[in-house]
Amino acid sequence: MPQILVQDLAKTYRVAERDPGMLGAVRGLVRRRWRTVEALKDVSFSLERGELLGFIGPNGAGKSTTIKILSGILRPDGGRVEIEGLVPYADRIKHVARIGVVFGQRTQLWWDLPVIDGFDLLRDIYRVDPQRYKATRDELVAMLRLEKLLDQPVRQLSLGQRMRAEIAAALLHEPSILFLDEPTIGLDAPSKLAVREFVKKLNQERGVTVLLTTHDMHDIEALAQRVIVIGHGQVLADSPFETLRANVLAERRLFVDFAGDAPALDLPGAEVRNRDGRSLELAFDPRVTSAPALIAAITARHAVEDIHVEQPAIEEVIAKFYDLHGANEA
Amino acid sequence: MNALSLLGRYFGASMRSQMQYPASAMMLTLAQLASTAIEIVSIWALFDRFGAVKGWAFGEVMFFYALIGISFSFADFLTRGFDVFGSDFVRTGAFDRLLLRPRSAALQLVGHDFRISRFGRFFQASIILAIATGTLGFVWTPQAILLALWTIAGGVAFFGALFVLQAVMAFWTVESLEAVNALTYGGVYAGQFPISFYARWFRTFLIFIVPLACVSYFPVLAILGRSDPLGAPDWFLPLAPAAGFLFLALAFLAWRFGVSKYTSTGS
Repeated sequence: MPQILVQDLAKTYRVAERDPGMLGAVRGLVRRRWRTVEALKDVSFSLERGELLGFIGPNGAGKSTTIKILSGILRPDGGRVEIEGLVPYADRIKHVARIGVVFGQRTQLWWDLPVIDGFDLLRDIYRVDPQRYKATRDELVAMLRLEKLLDQPVRQLSLGQRMRAEIAAALLHEPSILFLDEPTIGLDAPSKLAVREFVKKLNQERGVTVLLTTHDMHDIEALAQRVIVIGHGQVLADSPFETLRANVLAERRLFVDFAGDAPALDLPGAEVRNRDGRSLELAFDPRVTSAPALIAAITARHAVEDIHVEQPAIEEVIAKFYDLHGANEA
Repeated sequence: MNALSLLGRYFGASMRSQMQYPASAMMLTLAQLASTAIEIVSIWALFDRFGAVKGWAFGEVMFFYALIGISFSFADFLTRGFDVFGSDFVRTGAFDRLLLRPRSAALQLVGHDFRISRFGRFFQASIILAIATGTLGFVWTPQAILLALWTIAGGVAFFGALFVLQAVMAFWTVESLEAVNALTYGGVYAGQFPISFYARWFRTFLIFIVPLACVSYFPVLAILGRSDPLGAPDWFLPLAPAAGFLFLALAFLAWRFGVSKYTSTGS
């Protein structure tokens, strides 16, 4: 039995349409016109305990709707969700006690209170045993390096500091599942790295199941073993990222700096993408030709100063994938 | 931890965060005291000009004024979270955060904020009650004290219900909340006078639809030991505040309906 089971999830919103202007607002009060938006058509997947899943898709694809349903605050119109034997939206209070949720753009701490006071309140809200709470808290504080922040009011923290505190706050009750909704949005590079490193550790050492939504593909690259791409309210792909890459954009890039001007090249299985003075960028399909073969062919005929191979950036792979599925922003 | 002790923790947290700015909390309290003090001056001016109005002396009207003011200040203190629900929770999406915690949303909203400044009105109303007691030469028997506490409790429930209903409306629209504000603040104002001042249709409204009269007019008559000039039976007068609790129960039914609507539409 998987820890999270999602079957044929469907959700339709009714959106009130309003004419512009004052008159439109008044008319809207009397008679409303409705437009239906199919946020989710048919979403199914399952997750085993201890998995780390990246959940991606363009804006409006249905990511947040799915997260809301899984976390118990939204009721679907069709389909079934079962998480550790509970139906989240039917058993909200029991369910939310077992999960942790971090929203990158919203705080759950108390703005004017010192971090530690917010933690204490959460202990009481979640009914955490005081002994156990103390142990968990001290551990999280050490792992996320919060020692110096504990006595500061939340409003005085930088975004990166606050995000670390938010993550600790979401874990004080030792949830077995963690939902992370864009946890690195707006963070500087060191903070992003710290967040990723912590999430990885949490997943690997504690076996906490993590479901991560993000637009930062480096989060996915660094963390997710498995990726679900959602678009138009449907699951477009569900596989390890490398499989997705191989299916969508398998090509590699070869960057060559020549001793003199870049020569004209005609190599089977490779095409010139970019030419700039002494530098050349080639794209090749690894299924047709290999990097060593190409390098050998080039260095045999030309004097070369530097050479390196790259894979297309993950953003590029995803953009291509969205493009193939017509899944660009709705 | 049970709900009541959790509320105690919330209370402590709210006090601590307001005490980050002690001068501001003090000024707001004084401002409430001063602004409400002006109201009583205008009522005094009325009675000073006309003497008794419809058989009611200024001292008696001060009694109505004071009890409704005390009730309102407590309700405003306890249900601030519902008051700001539309603007601070629905519009911002912060309500999702409450639903993500293993406690009832209503409990968390009560715990959201306890505004110290609400004591400004409480102090002012208490002073008026003292003055009214002196003016009327009223004697506070144990029975009168109990009845006054019961009246205040009913009044707190009544105004709390209005704040809850205001929050319920936010599930449908965050634009028309002014309409309910007219009921809360208008209610305080209307409750400051005996309802025999008002036209018949408005009295009916204040007894049966929005039962303000049940938490001010009727029980205050009982405290003062007067019969109702409008003819309500004497036995009913001290029981009337129960209507405040009934009103609150109905408001919470509406609240539950609103929450279930929210969780099925996500907006």
